[in-house]
Amino acid sequence: MRLHEYQSKEIFHQQHIPIPRGRLASTPEEAKLIAEEFNGPVVLKAQVLVGGRGKAGGIRLVKSPSEAHEVASKILGSRIKDIPVRRLLIEEAVNIQQEIYFGMTVDRKTGETIVIASAEGGVDIEEIARKTPEKIAKVGINPLLGLKGFQARILAAEIDLPRNLWRSFIEIAQNLYRAYTQLDATLAEINPLVITSSNRLVALDGKILLDENALFRHPEYLDKRDLSAETPEEIEARKFCLSYIKLSGNIGCLVNGAGLAMATMDIIQHKGGQAANFLDIGGGAGAEKVAAALRIILSDPQVETVLINIFGGITRCDEVARGIIKSMEDVDTKIPFVVRLVGTNEEEGKQILASANLETADTLQEAAEKAVALSMEVLVS
Amino acid sequence: MSILINENTRLIVQGITGHEGSFHAHQMLTYGTNIVAGVTPGKGGEWVLDGKVPVFDSVKTAVDVSGANTSVIFVPARFAADAIYEAIDANVELIVCITEGIPVKEMTQITQILKGSRSRLIGPNSPGIISPPYTKVGIIPSTITQPGSVGVVSRSGTLTYEVVYALKQAGIGTSTCVGIGGDAIVGSRFVDVLSHFEGDPQTDMVVMIGEIGGQDEEIAANFIGTNLSKPVIGFIAGQAAPPDKRMGHAGAIIESGVGTAEAKIAALKDAGVKVASYPEEIPGLIENLRAIH
Repeated sequence: MRLHEYQSKEIFHQQHIPIPRGRLASTPEEAKLIAEEFNGPVVLKAQVLVGGRGKAGGIRLVKSPSEAHEVASKILGSRIKDIPVRRLLIEEAVNIQQEIYFGMTVDRKTGETIVIASAEGGVDIEEIARKTPEKIAKVGINPLLGLKGFQARILAAEIDLPRNLWRSFIEIAQNLYRAYTQLDATLAEINPLVITSSNRLVALDGKILLDENALFRHPEYLDKRDLSAETPEEIEARKFCLSYIKLSGNIGCLVNGAGLAMATMDIIQHKGGQAANFLDIGGGAGAEKVAAALRIILSDPQVETVLINIFGGITRCDEVARGIIKSMEDVDTKIPFVVRLVGTNEEEGKQILASANLETADTLQEAAEKAVALSMEVLVS
Repeated sequence: MSILINENTRLIVQGITGHEGSFHAHQMLTYGTNIVAGVTPGKGGEWVLDGKVPVFDSVKTAVDVSGANTSVIFVPARFAADAIYEAIDANVELIVCITEGIPVKEMTQITQILKGSRSRLIGPNSPGIISPPYTKVGIIPSTITQPGSVGVVSRSGTLTYEVVYALKQAGIGTSTCVGIGGDAIVGSRFVDVLSHFEGDPQTDMVVMIGEIGGQDEEIAANFIGTNLSKPVIGFIAGQAAPPDKRMGHAGAIIESGVGTAEAKIAALKDAGVKVASYPEEIPGLIENLRAIH
């Protein structure tokens, strides 16, 4: 779960990481009032969960309260990369001497947290890594010890941070690491961390990702999830604990297991079609869950064929078949289904479906070929 | 022979009285796995599975009494990390964690503890291991496998079943099938399992099923190119997956351009691996290789 910049900065503030003075505005009037209060140039920052919002016009420096009003009225309600802007973070402008990158994440190769710094901030760390990998300094963290002072000093020295800022840098580094572990984050990033013209370190932007699997320990964040970047189908799927991702094709997919769901999308593509979604019903799904999954797939207007691929292990084919029948009773649809059931209670499942007059397949390859052919027919007609 | 599990496996089931634990313990016992004990805190002293298996309150006691060398964990996500620690503390040689949804923080800590331990961890979020015809630890359906000489290692569950089943349909048997788990941090990676297959006389070929996310497949490709004498057939799931979206598995995400199917397929092909376009193509590739060798 990705937090907004303003949420990340609230956390920074709680952890004594210096941030610019700032407040949220959801109307141009509020933006103007805040600018008046700050009595100087301010930066308007659209609070949307996408990368590259600056380039897309979502970050603007303004010089007066009236300009703040004018610019805020343009950004609020507009869309940045198709996501509506509902709130602006209004911050006092900071005079920047240098931009630094500082962040921490899980290194999948070693299974440990790595803390990363670079003398070049303000751009994506991936871009820095591509262009000037020698400018990136990293240390691995023993989770039983945490980020030690000497490790932060190593980073400070490697990025040539002026020595008079080391103490402040070490504090920021350890405070961010504390937030990272306390919140069960998988990424915490200050980018850029700036050296101001008055020679102070200030966190100008922040990004925090929380571990979905640890949200049970942080219930205060459960209702803070921003759904504006999700489709209605994705929001509905979450309610049923279904793993669903909307894609651009016309073949709706219902599969048990994430790997098999991906492989099903792949074979559709290999046979010349395109999946409308990724959908994993999980292990041991009952008829109700299957019916809900099918309702979600059929609610996508792009779907013109449905491919159901079930390899029964914990999941029972008869339960899936009951779910298919139930959804056909619930939703009146002319969209053709291709069903492939293999594994636990396969015969019972097939018997339940026999009366429904659905297209069936024995292998994944056959199922994909039939679904792609049907989706093409629809296109032609 | 086989890898990791065999007729000398003495298994304890952590969470044996739970819904999943009891169902799969029964399946494993029926298949022939030597289940010597179960552990459920608070239920020590009971007997389960028609009175065949004693339940203990702790892993330590279960191991002391039964001489177990392997454990399988069916404990809910919130308690699974604790269950892994308990098994490591009791010096269980092989720990297989089926549970999905353990937080990353716990896994970084477990990774650290494992380094100084005598235990090997498979998973979490793993379907387990099966060595046909007699031993399975986990939830892989036994009916889809038959004994043979092809080793299978995978990050997935049902996709692995699909592949193993396709092999069986083509008359190809499996030496051992290992699901290493779909999480971002797992106890054993492709390289660990591949090196076991290299040393196993029963295995003459390996099928490796990877997916998008991370760089484990690339690391494995490098290992295959330099250290593996046995031929490898690969498949990478997620060729049609969009970037920055988590495809069900916690670890299946292309982040900042890292972890794409294209990069993994290219690395595997560079290492001489035959890469299938879809799962059911794998048996044919194996037969082609057999015809050559």
